[in-house]
Amino acid sequence: MTKSELIEQIAAQQSELSVKEVESAVRLILDDITDTLANGGRVEIRGFGSFSLHYREPRTGRNPKTGDPVSLSGKHVPHFKPGKELREQVNASREQGF
Amino acid sequence: MSALTKAELAEHLHTSLGFSKREAKMLVEQFFDEIRGCLRENEQVKLSGFGNFDLRDKRERPGRNPKTGEEIPISARRVVTFRPGQKLKALVEERDKA
Repeated sequence: MTKSELIEQIAAQQSELSVKEVESAVRLILDDITDTLANGGRVEIRGFGSFSLHYREPRTGRNPKTGDPVSLSGKHVPHFKPGKELREQVNASREQGF
Repeated sequence: MSALTKAELAEHLHTSLGFSKREAKMLVEQFFDEIRGCLRENEQVKLSGFGNFDLRDKRERPGRNPKTGEEIPISARRVVTFRPGQKLKALVEERDKA
């Protein structure tokens, strides 16, 4: 499923809201999550999971073309931890043959 | 800083885009329900700019009870992984450079 399909799916269940309105809502939700992480915060969605940042230590990488060492500074990367409900539902689907 | 939750997302939809409180709450629920529904049917979710939710089938592997050291197999399972998109990663890294 892509973002536009997600928007259509939600709009199909909302008789009083247009696709445009749902689109603006989906964009705001994704922007809020992005902004929170970009400001070093975390996001906790009950039943779904949490988004947080993980730290990557500085390391010496290599230029793949020349093989020259390149020093890379430490950085944060976004991380998602699925919640219990999501983990269980996804795993149950495997047993149901999806 | 406290974590971003569904309640705050709904409040922001209400104050910033003018959805009624009821609509805002429903939109937030539907957003995460739709994604969860897809993952439960073993379908990948691709949200451009934000990231992809992927599914991986893991085979059974040997594990250990960390307390007792007893060997117990970790059963085969399906797990959700999140791969952040370029835009999200870049925004998070910007703060490391500042």
